[in-house]
Amino acid sequence: MAPSTLGAALLIARKDLAIEFRTRTAFFSAVTFALLGIVIFFFAWDPTAVGAMDLAPGVLWGIFTFAGLLGLQRSFGVEQADRAIDTLLGAPIARESIYLGKAIANFVFVAAVQVIAIPAVALFYNVPLAEHAVALAIIAVLAAIGLVAVGTLFSAMAVNTRLAEMLLPVLSLPFFVPIVIPAAQGTARLLAGRPVDEIIGWLKLLVAFDIVFVAACMLAFPFTIEE
Amino acid sequence: MIATSGLGRRFGGRRAVSDVTFSLGAGDCLALFGPNGAGKTTLLRMLAGLLRPTEGTGEVAGVALPGGTALRGAVGYISHASMLYAALSARENVELTARLFGMRDARAAAAQALARMQLSHRSDTPVRLLSRGMQQRVTIARATVHSPKVVLLDEPFTGLDDSGSAALGAHLAALRAGGTTMVLVTHQIPEGLALATHAAIMRDGTLARMEEGEAWDASSYLTVYRGLVANGA
Repeated sequence: MAPSTLGAALLIARKDLAIEFRTRTAFFSAVTFALLGIVIFFFAWDPTAVGAMDLAPGVLWGIFTFAGLLGLQRSFGVEQADRAIDTLLGAPIARESIYLGKAIANFVFVAAVQVIAIPAVALFYNVPLAEHAVALAIIAVLAAIGLVAVGTLFSAMAVNTRLAEMLLPVLSLPFFVPIVIPAAQGTARLLAGRPVDEIIGWLKLLVAFDIVFVAACMLAFPFTIEE
Repeated sequence: MIATSGLGRRFGGRRAVSDVTFSLGAGDCLALFGPNGAGKTTLLRMLAGLLRPTEGTGEVAGVALPGGTALRGAVGYISHASMLYAALSARENVELTARLFGMRDARAAAAQALARMQLSHRSDTPVRLLSRGMQQRVTIARATVHSPKVVLLDEPFTGLDDSGSAALGAHLAALRAGGTTMVLVTHQIPEGLALATHAAIMRDGTLARMEEGEAWDASSYLTVYRGLVANGA
């Protein structure tokens, strides 16, 4: 009996992570990009004009957005070589499980980049992120879900085009905005020590966009891979 | 096991396959010949459930085209691309397919499939380090690991050396004897005819000639093929 949608998705995610673990190309590229971005922003920053608490959330989420794109680019790229995607398309599994498997692998990828980049931001900007670790982790997870939900779908759409590397950011970035705004606003209020009620509103917005994006992208995915 | 009636596929204004009608029972093997661009791969991809027909009807393993999970579960497909993940080992590639097809002991099934293709000694080697011929053997092991009712093969002899070709020929003959239905696309006419119960020549998207029950003269078939292809050019 063929695996369930979730079972097949986990098989695909494990396969993608095994490939990334062995090649490490996208992960090292994304981490290097993130760290270099943080350093460049740091040296371009005038602490007398803008406070660290005001700048850090924007740097953090700007860097995540672009570093995550590097991993998303590769998500369906590995399927194009030797038409490996036909192995998945020819299997007796729901098309949605392919999307879900890719999204799970992309989520792990983005989360791993965050684990390295968040302490780097704390170090360079001397912001007390450790004090708010749990709340920040919740924001990071919710934002990562939204980013990979949209990015995985557009990665599948862009990969068959000649301008895939340019098309993915052009398609994805407008849809990242509703995720990045509440994530950055929530982080800024968190670092400023604002009341929890102010942060909860932004978290609710993140959850709402996550639900909409995951559901819509999973429904749309089968149409993007039909020939 | 396979039956089509007026099957066709258009890509925009271009008609890649048109009015293809044939039927095969259990254990039948159709050898399909034709020049590049004749529509052979498009036809195979429709039968594999990877491509939606735009004309006609078809049925594979009791499931109407374009099919779904039931059809894909009954089919093994070998394309002219390897369909393998280069960073994974031969065993991991075959095992992944076995798991996606819901096989209980996927690891043992993968080991058996690789042993049939005489690759047990290289099963833990990453595919990117294998020669083209060995990759082709892994491809065949991957496509047949779940003992499909229908096997669709697109140029399976490409890249194989003599021993690989012999192993593949023996494997396909055993599958046929076991009741597996096959459609074999190849440019190697003698190898194709040796395995076939039906033979067809495809040209410009249509079946220009179709014979059943081995009612052909193998020695003159190449001449017939060249004549037919040249007339259509």
